[in-house]
Amino acid sequence: MLSIFHSLEISHYIYLSCVLFSIGLFGVLFRRNAIILLMCIELMLNAVNLLLAAFTEYMGDTQANGQMFVFFIMVVAAAEAAVGLAIIVMVYRNTRKTDVSFLDQLKD
Amino acid sequence: MGALSNLPIPFLVLSFLTILSALYVVTSKNPVHSVLALIFTFFTISAHYVLLNAQFLAIVNLMVYAGAIMVLFLFVLMLLNLNKESEPIKSNLWGVSAAIAAGLLLVVVTAAFQSSGIAVMKSHTEGIGLVKNLGRVLMTEYLVPFELSGILFISAMVGAVLLGKRSPQEDVEPQGDKL
Amino acid sequence: MNPIALILAFPLLGFLINGLLGPKLPKSIVGWLGTIAVFASFILAVSQWSLISADAEGINWNAYTFLQIEQLTLNVSFTLDRLSLWMTLIITGIGSLIHLYSISYMDHDEQPAKFFAYLNLFIFSMLLLVLGSNFLMLFFGWEGVGLCSYLLIGFWYTNKDFGHAARKAFVMNRIGDLGLLLGMYLIASNYGSLEYAEVLPSMAQGNGSVSLLTGIAVLLFIGAIGKSAQVPLFTWLPDAMAGPTPVSALIHAATMVTAGIYLVVRTQALFFLSPAARTVVLVIGVLTALIAAVIALRQNDIKKVLAYSTVSQLGFMFVALGVGAYTTALFHVTTHAFFKALLFLGAGSVIHGVHDEQDMRYMGGLKSKMPVTYWTFLIGTLAISGFPLLSGFFSKDEILANVFHHSALVYGIMAFAALLTSVYMFRLFFLTFHGEYRGTEKLEFDKVHESNWKMTTPLLVLALLSVLGGLLNLPHYISHEGFLSAWLKPTYIMFEEVIHADMTTEILLISMAVLIFLVGFVYSRQRYLVKGVSPEVETKGVAKWLQNKLYIDEFYNLVVVKPLEVLGDILFALFDTLLLYGLTFAVHPVLRWVGGRNRKIQNGNIEFYLLYMVVAIAILLGVNLLFV
Repeated sequence: MLSIFHSLEISHYIYLSCVLFSIGLFGVLFRRNAIILLMCIELMLNAVNLLLAAFTEYMGDTQANGQMFVFFIMVVAAAEAAVGLAIIVMVYRNTRKTDVSFLDQLKD
Repeated sequence: MGALSNLPIPFLVLSFLTILSALYVVTSKNPVHSVLALIFTFFTISAHYVLLNAQFLAIVNLMVYAGAIMVLFLFVLMLLNLNKESEPIKSNLWGVSAAIAAGLLLVVVTAAFQSSGIAVMKSHTEGIGLVKNLGRVLMTEYLVPFELSGILFISAMVGAVLLGKRSPQEDVEPQGDKL
Repeated sequence: MNPIALILAFPLLGFLINGLLGPKLPKSIVGWLGTIAVFASFILAVSQWSLISADAEGINWNAYTFLQIEQLTLNVSFTLDRLSLWMTLIITGIGSLIHLYSISYMDHDEQPAKFFAYLNLFIFSMLLLVLGSNFLMLFFGWEGVGLCSYLLIGFWYTNKDFGHAARKAFVMNRIGDLGLLLGMYLIASNYGSLEYAEVLPSMAQGNGSVSLLTGIAVLLFIGAIGKSAQVPLFTWLPDAMAGPTPVSALIHAATMVTAGIYLVVRTQALFFLSPAARTVVLVIGVLTALIAAVIALRQNDIKKVLAYSTVSQLGFMFVALGVGAYTTALFHVTTHAFFKALLFLGAGSVIHGVHDEQDMRYMGGLKSKMPVTYWTFLIGTLAISGFPLLSGFFSKDEILANVFHHSALVYGIMAFAALLTSVYMFRLFFLTFHGEYRGTEKLEFDKVHESNWKMTTPLLVLALLSVLGGLLNLPHYISHEGFLSAWLKPTYIMFEEVIHADMTTEILLISMAVLIFLVGFVYSRQRYLVKGVSPEVETKGVAKWLQNKLYIDEFYNLVVVKPLEVLGDILFALFDTLLLYGLTFAVHPVLRWVGGRNRKIQNGNIEFYLLYMVVAIAILLGVNLLFV
């Protein structure tokens, strides 16, 4: 089944991953809703996951180090999403908004 | 970039879908639409995993990310009653500058990868991404991080619960944007 | 052990001990410490007499090489030949006497240790000057004595005027030093060395054009003008009388001011080869001798009269140098050291006795109260005025004789200056010691007292020397050749036998000298003893001009000092205020502004931060990619 994929090079996956990453980055910079912000971060993380998995395949790594790394990225992403959402809920309770631009109390 | 016509159709289609849904995530005004689009993006990425001989990862991606995390997001969204809210749109200038920044990074990163001269051909090794293989590696090489991730989860859970608890004296209708 | 090193070491040790430990030592011994240090050097120098007499080459000692630049080697090296031995004897001999005198003179002072430390340092520097075997050591000593002069003039530093006088002395010295330095540079660059033993013979052999030699000679002489208080750099010497009287005696009469003459005698070959330079020396000497003598006629401060007298006598010495009579000049240096130190110490004794009154118009009739001082002072006055057979008679007469052979006009002027010398010295004498006591009410006549043995002994010794000093270089009509001129002859590289006049001219000159003395004496006696002078009479006309020192100081102030001050103010406003202060104080507002601008980045806006972060990462990666 995979013989037809011989023309697929790692560079294609690199480009794909980078594009996804930049899209996520753009989302982080552009969106004001805190929840959407977190989601875009998840998107970025996923882009990275994709690249890592691609690398394990292309290097023929029997130890699957890349995939292990993906594992742990997922672990961290899950934890981070949970805590981040809890924080957003707290902020919403205090400010009735999820707008990030109102969190500027740390200015000088 | 290699000639697009050389690429196999599945990859092309999948990539196209991924990028499209990612764009919709980022640009949609309705937050619920964003979440759903993201879920779709995860599906396509799982398909990529399958192509990459990472079958276990594909399923886990779906279960954890699309299944658990995104549901969590949806819950919170619903909780906060954020529908097609009038989310304040940033000025066009902001959008442009954000796009430029992201694009800048894209260019640099791809250039970095480009110059590194990796052009490894796909080498198909049977069974890299199967549970058996991954499980073995996880329990031998990555045992310690595995245990530590347990601790991480505990702390995350405790933290989330603590943060989310309502304090007894809290007002039902707190003031506007005063912290 | 090396005698030169020892001669130098004693005063240096005295300086160090008195300087560092002085306040802790009991006051009674600091003075003796200083005196013994100098006296030890004197004894040492005397002990070398026979050696140097036998071997005119002298002792050379190269301590170490100071610096070596390409072909120019600068050594710390010394030579004890006849010339430097002679100078050393004068310096340490008269120095010891003055140190002894100072023990008593400064016993009321709060910081005697400092005084003696400075005095010893001065002796040390002066010895460096005369014992050095090259221009470098000369210069070290030159500057050292200039420094000590400053320190000692301004010794009573709480008085601002004294400080100003000290500063004036130092600055004027410095102006002369520029000439000396330039001369040294010319020598070093043209002859590749600063050693006397290398440069002077080279000059004698004809290396160097006449104009070069003239230039060097004139530049060196400019240094001498500053140090030896010649016109136009002489106004510091009268002001230097602000210092304690022993200082005036030692530095400004006997030793430091003779450094200029030493310099010319040491580089005698150079001046021999350059008639133009000799003319310059002659002219300046004549001017100085005349102007100073004229001013001295109307000074009322006893020390100022002596100061101007010193300047005038130095002019005499330079006149002698200008006509090529080097030994004569040195002879006059010696006798002048004797009687001028005597006169200054005597004046100090007088001042001490009348409780620090220095204006002669308030003195008088001190003869009965201070006999020793009176008689020694009389001897000094006679000596300087040229009383026959005293030392001053022989030395001054020799100068006049040499000048006469050179030019009758110059002789006439110098004779007139000698006449003035006699007049003002006897004026001083009569006003101070004779007549009625004109003291103010604050000082009763009964309180006037003679000084103790520490002050009178040096007076007696110097008086004796002033009487007998003439024996050192008797003129040719008495003995075949004077002792000093014979003794010093081997040190001269180029020498021209002095033409001796026939007996007729000599008798004529001698009678002129005696006549000058008599006229001065009689006139002064008439004017000041018989007629007397009262302090309240205001001086008018020419006398007023003379009393105010011909307004030279004011002239200098106007022409030199004021423009420099104005220039200083301009530069201060321009550079200091604008540039330095401006820049320094501009830093603060600039930093505030920059900081304020940068503070705006911290606006608390998360998206801003994110954007910056992304851009920064992109730039860093890009730079890394492109350039590393």
